[in-house]
Amino acid sequence: MLNLSHLSKTYADGTRALTDINLSVRESEIVALIGGSGCGKTTLLRLIAGLDRASAGAIRLDGETIHEPHPAVGIVFQEPRLLPWLTVADNVAFGLDHLDRNERKARVAHALEKIGLAEHGTRWPRDLSGGQQQRVAIARAFVMHPKVLLLDEPFSALDAFTRASLHEHLLGLWEETRPTVVLVTHDVQEAVTLADRAIIMQPKPGRIFDELPLALARPRDRAALPFESAVRRVLAALDQSLNPVQASPQRERDREAAALWW
Amino acid sequence: MTGQGTIQSPRQGWSSPQGAAALAAPSPAGKRRAFDGRALLGFFLPVGIALLWEAAVHFGLAQGRLVPPPSRIAATLWALARTGELWTHASATLWRILAGFVIGAGAGIAVGALSGSSETLRRVLDPTLQALRAIPSIAWVPLFILWLGIFEASKVALIAVGVFFPVYLGIAGAILSVDRKLVEVGRVFRLSRAKLARRILLPAVLPEAVIALRSGLGLGFMFVVAAEFMGASEGLGYLLVDGQQMGKPDQILAAIIAFALLGKAADSLLVFGTRPLVRWQDVARERL
Repeated sequence: MLNLSHLSKTYADGTRALTDINLSVRESEIVALIGGSGCGKTTLLRLIAGLDRASAGAIRLDGETIHEPHPAVGIVFQEPRLLPWLTVADNVAFGLDHLDRNERKARVAHALEKIGLAEHGTRWPRDLSGGQQQRVAIARAFVMHPKVLLLDEPFSALDAFTRASLHEHLLGLWEETRPTVVLVTHDVQEAVTLADRAIIMQPKPGRIFDELPLALARPRDRAALPFESAVRRVLAALDQSLNPVQASPQRERDREAAALWW
Repeated sequence: MTGQGTIQSPRQGWSSPQGAAALAAPSPAGKRRAFDGRALLGFFLPVGIALLWEAAVHFGLAQGRLVPPPSRIAATLWALARTGELWTHASATLWRILAGFVIGAGAGIAVGALSGSSETLRRVLDPTLQALRAIPSIAWVPLFILWLGIFEASKVALIAVGVFFPVYLGIAGAILSVDRKLVEVGRVFRLSRAKLARRILLPAVLPEAVIALRSGLGLGFMFVVAAEFMGASEGLGYLLVDGQQMGKPDQILAAIIAFALLGKAADSLLVFGTRPLVRWQDVARERL
């Protein structure tokens, strides 16, 4: 279990990026952090990745405190960040130094097959399209068999069709080892497609505004009604988070329930 | 430029090292392409002028005493080659360049790596080195002669100084400009400092390092002439001075041609030798 308690991050210039974040993510749960720009989503992810230090509070993975990159935590960035001097296969194998040759090869081959790039192992990253490169980056994180996988808007630079196919590749890989996933996104559709729970964040300073369970059956049909209504609920919560004058989300929901009742 | 080269440069922010690599390893794609007849256009001007001048001298329109016709330069070059004199001079020059290049480039790489990878060391080293760089290197000649004598040591030292600065600047700059985002990938995979240097920094700086070495080598050829002007009894620079004192412009031009050929050959050798290191960067791109 991934546990964030009273997490805050204040930068040297006094900017408060995050304040008092409390969040628990169950094993194998997929959580989407969603919110407008400047709400600290990426900062939060970088703290969990151990790339930055929290100013206060703690991050624990199965009881172990994280303050530097942890072997069981993987991350996929917004850009593929492949190493241009390594072939596609060598990029995927980048973190597998500790394995012997055969096992390394087998794992890489399997991952490349899962992302549909089995034929591309010997090519250079620059020969791939943006979507293909991002798939390789996802494979590079998955072959490490992380307990926690962090995704920092990994699909935001891609067109809608490529994005949808990448969602499938991602879920295909996820099924195998079922890591805990924390996904940062500003795309509500994406959150509802992938996540078990949406965490709505609010900016200045970054904090959690509300969370919504997205208990839809998988595979999710984006044209189906429950999907539509889940998207609408997340959008409504986002609207509220952007409009601070409104009542608290809990009260809002009570009022909705009351309205239905009457 | 073909489509391949353009695919990822804007997306990955690698445009500068990519451009760098085009210089570091001129496109091997040229080999794959069909031979382009337009390349011959470049020969039109020099060959045309040479033929015109040859004809002018041949038909008595010009004397060709101060500007000898190509045939006479070729004859001089051939004579120098036949007596073995050319090889004596060329090998003396090449040896000096090699020694100076190895010392200068070695020091440049070492100091550049230190200055590029440590902020503190950069603050200590860089201002002094920049100040030294501002001194025209030829100004060191009298001092080097006093310190190291008039023979090989002072010449090699001058060449080494000339090679050092571009290599130092190139290496330090290349390290500083390594994409921070790729370094972060190394951190995510928990690489030790040594592994980070070997698996990320080194391959990332190689293309620019090759360019730094190439410009260092070019300066090596420049400074060997200055060094041999200082007083040498052999070397291509000696042939130049000798040709001037003896009034033999054909010998001067022969030595200049030898310089051009050797310089080009040395540069090609460097490019060829380092090509496997920067193969990943081969960018299909028009050669200049």
